[in-house]
Formats: sequence, structure tokens, C-alpha cells
Amino acid sequence: MIIATIIGMAIVTMIPRFIPAFIMDKIQFRPWVNQWLNAIPFAALGALIFPGIMTVIPERPLIGLAGGAVAVVIALFNVNVIFAVLGAILTVFLITM
Amino acid sequence: MTDSHTSKQLEARTKSTAVKSGAVAGFPIFLGYLPIAVAYGVLATQSGLSTYETTLMSVLVFAGAAQFMAANMFAQGAMFLQIVIATFVLNFRHFVMSMSFMNRVHSLPLRWKFGLSLGLTDETFAVSSLHADEVKKENSTYFYLSLILVAYFSWVSGSFLGAILGEALPPTLSESMGIALYAMFIGLLIPSVKKEWRIGLIALTAMVLNFYFIEVIELAQGWAIVLATILGSLLGIPLLKEEKS
Repeated sequence: MIIATIIGMAIVTMIPRFIPAFIMDKIQFRPWVNQWLNAIPFAALGALIFPGIMTVIPERPLIGLAGGAVAVVIALFNVNVIFAVLGAILTVFLITM
Repeated sequence: MTDSHTSKQLEARTKSTAVKSGAVAGFPIFLGYLPIAVAYGVLATQSGLSTYETTLMSVLVFAGAAQFMAANMFAQGAMFLQIVIATFVLNFRHFVMSMSFMNRVHSLPLRWKFGLSLGLTDETFAVSSLHADEVKKENSTYFYLSLILVAYFSWVSGSFLGAILGEALPPTLSESMGIALYAMFIGLLIPSVKKEWRIGLIALTAMVLNFYFIEVIELAQGWAIVLATILGSLLGIPLLKEEKS
């Protein structure tokens, strides 16, 4: 039953992923649709960051926000993403220690 | 390999250079995934999944949040249909992301787009979209493939490690690693915002909408992200007019 569930999960995850590969080929969009689609990565990043970041340590939302703030500051220096990741991990680790 | 590019000027690049730069672009995802995948492996085995099942789920599903949710639901004794429907709801956001990505890589051959689409996650989508210019270079398919495979390898091997390591990991360490992917999203977003403040406005709007949908309307997390992404990105129509020809 677990294997069947995993296969079911795989199917419902794959289908929404690949359908656009076929339909986006057939359609010529008006410019405003392209502008909308081009904005999606940034809107998605926003929605993925907040409010989820407050659940890193579930009962203490400020810790996630502190880690995020450190990531923002590091990212402002135009360094590789890795440093923002490491800085945020270190921040949360030090606060929760 | 770049058959459908006849009309375009392609920047010359060998396959191995494309693979290398794809791996470099994917490396932050590798680092971000590893601890999360280990945490998933630990949680899934605690929920009663075998090492094989835990790893197989990462191989076949390759979607972090859904896998954490499924492990939790298994632990609570949920049934097949509940878990599959919940997975669909949570992962439907990839449909929106895939539409956006496929629109940017219009010129790639269909079989490549199909293959790459299966590797789309929040993270691989974000990084590939921010490297959309790669599509103008030769062997761009190998760039995206290598980016995705680096992420995939990290996710699958991390899950396996977590499953066999079990509870040997100190909980404070694995807890602090939970920030990794959020920090990565921030690290990906900030450079674009520095270049164009309007992008920050779009992201901020999506954040506020997502918060509203989750906290006030109490929508399921998956739908909240889909709706916030679609509505927030609509702001791009008036704001990003000059970005693309």
C-alpha cells in the first residue's frame, strides 16, 4: 500500500509538471501574457519565503525571521547564494543553541 | 543537439562547459537540499517507512514539502487517496512554474522540455528561470539538465542517508538546517530586486497575499502559494513592460 501511494504521489506530481511542456509549445501569447509569465519566478519566490520562513522553529517565528534577515544582508553584498544559506543556518543554530 | 535554433545566433559553447556551468548554478541547491533531505529521511523512517520506501519516494516524487507531508500523514495512519490528493494540491504550484519556465525556453526541442519539466521543483525552477539567458547559448539543454541532476542527486542521496542514519543527527543541527531553502530563496531574489525594485514589489505582494490566504482565509498551503503566485505575478503586466521585447 505504501508503494502504491508513492506511485500515486509520483503521478499527480509529474502530470502538472509536464503538461506545460506540450501546451506552451502550441500557443503564441500576447505580450502581456509573457510579462505575466516572466513575473512568476519572483512572485513564486515571495510566496515560498513568507510566511513559511516563520515555521523553521515552529513555536518561535522570530528565529526564522532572524535567519532570513541575515540572508538578506549577506545577499545584498552580491556574493554567491551559498553564503546566504550558510549565514542563515549559523544564525538559527546559534540562537537555538 | 540544438536543432530548433536555426534562426537564432547561438553563443558557442561545448557540451562539457555547459554541463559544468549548470552544475555550478545548481550547487547552492545541492547544499540546500542535502540537510533537508536528511531530515526527510529521518522523519520518513520514524513514520514507519522502510529505507527503500523512503528513498524510492525521493526518486519518484522529488518534491520536498509533499514528501514531508506524506511522511506525517503516514505516521497518522492516513490512506492512499488522502495522501495522493494532498500531494496534488500541494504540488499544483509546479504547473504554474512550469508554464512560466516553458515559455522562457520556447525554442528547446519538445523531448527536452518534457524531460526537464519532470525535474522542476521550487528551487530548480527559480534557479533555471534566473538563468533563462542560457537558452541563447549552445548546448543550453545540457546546462539545465546538469543543474537539475545535481539537485536530484543531492535530494535522493540525502534521503537515503537520513533513512540509514536515523536519529544519530543532533536535533538542534537538523532543526537549524530548516532555514537553508528559505535562505536560498532570499539569496536568489535579492540580486534581482537590487537590479529592479519593481521585482521586489511583485515578490512582496505575493508574500502579503500568501500570508492573507494562509492566516486569514485559512487556505491549504498549496493553494495559497498557487493563488499568491498567480495574483502577485499579474503585477508584472504593468510593472515589467520594458523587460522583454
